[in-house]
Amino acid sequence: MEQQTTDKSEEALNAAFEARISAGETIEPKDWMPDRYRTQLIRMMSQHAHSEIVGMLPEGNWITRAPSLKRKMSLIAKVQDEAGHGLYIYCGTETLGVDRAELVDQLLSGKAKYSSIFNYPTLTWADMGVIGWFVDGAAIVNQTVLAKASYGPYARAMIRICKEENFHKKQGYEIIATLARGTPAQKAMAQDAVNRWWWPSLMMLGPSDANSPNTAELIRWRVKRKTNDELRQRFIDLTVPQAEAVGLTLPDPDLKYNEATGHWEHGPIDWDEFWSVVKGNGPCNRERLQARREAHEAGRWVREAAEAYAAKHQRAESAA
Amino acid sequence: MSKAPNFSGPNSAGPIPAVGEPAARITDDASHDASHDASAGDGAGQWPLWEVFSQGEGGAPHEHVGSLHAADAEMALQNARDVYARRGPVVSLWVVPSAAITASPSEEAGPFFDPGADKIYRHPQFYKVPRGLKGF
Repeated sequence: MEQQTTDKSEEALNAAFEARISAGETIEPKDWMPDRYRTQLIRMMSQHAHSEIVGMLPEGNWITRAPSLKRKMSLIAKVQDEAGHGLYIYCGTETLGVDRAELVDQLLSGKAKYSSIFNYPTLTWADMGVIGWFVDGAAIVNQTVLAKASYGPYARAMIRICKEENFHKKQGYEIIATLARGTPAQKAMAQDAVNRWWWPSLMMLGPSDANSPNTAELIRWRVKRKTNDELRQRFIDLTVPQAEAVGLTLPDPDLKYNEATGHWEHGPIDWDEFWSVVKGNGPCNRERLQARREAHEAGRWVREAAEAYAAKHQRAESAA
Repeated sequence: MSKAPNFSGPNSAGPIPAVGEPAARITDDASHDASHDASAGDGAGQWPLWEVFSQGEGGAPHEHVGSLHAADAEMALQNARDVYARRGPVVSLWVVPSAAITASPSEEAGPFFDPGADKIYRHPQFYKVPRGLKGF
């Protein structure tokens, strides 16, 4: 009897929640939400936060080898932004009742996923350009839409991130544009980076709609507003003219403009490669996780020192 | 309302960890609800959670911008600068222990704010001025 009452009120709460979603209302941390909405958001937001943190590694790789002081300053600022973005989203995720330490554990233990793109190596300086242009470009396409997500803390973190991300994309494109009008060797380096990063960048926007089991539910709850394929199409349409403008080609022989739809059509994506990377077998998966674990361990004494310092001052204040 | 802070609100039940206490002692203290208690941040082995408010130039009020973990207030302020004020113009930052914030109830938001909803005489449109009078 009592169980029945609970079910009924749960049903009513659910109905009220769905009505709020349909009305376009923003869901806030203290509002009632279905468990499934909460767990889906924790999964999606924590993956996003982890991606920002792991995303510092491929670019951090080039800070000491940046070709000029200007490029070095930009790269340091960009990598610092990525750390900040990770923190914004971790804090947003924590409002759902999950602990930061738990999220970090999930990343370090390999239980949590992060964006497949960061498991590719950064072989040349041109990769810094292409990452800003493609990877941050694709991230902007995705995050601009997420800035309208139904969960308030997520949407607000996205708005903050989008404001900073445009600098990332532009500095990357400038690197590529500079190389593309440089010596033949520099142009070849830029073209090589474009060739290596194009397909992984398309994959980064997620599996095609036919193989994305979470999409329908997330769109119904207005967490996502566009499907992966829609986001991918937008990214391609934006990027093709940008490649043309710097005289570089995209490595897809099937890429062609469809006059009727106004969209660029692309050739088949190698989803086997995508799933292999997602499952931990990309070129750098192990290296990335190892670097994160080492950084976490190497920072342990700093965390302990900060705690000891805070405790000492707390005692001094109590005594005074 | 769109600029409502995103802090999770205080843990209404259970003790509030003192600011700046080392994580180990907070662990002893915290009665962290295993259910979906939105006031996460004071969990095991973790620095307290702080809410960050920032003021831009031009006289606007301080506005909630996010939160962070820090061992003490000084560290919270420095981290707030690095995380939430990397680009100007910010002229002032506040950091407040999340546990020190008392928030209005979300499930009774209707009744709680009801007294403000039906007093049209608090708005200028309620009052009439002679017809044809311009620039009042």
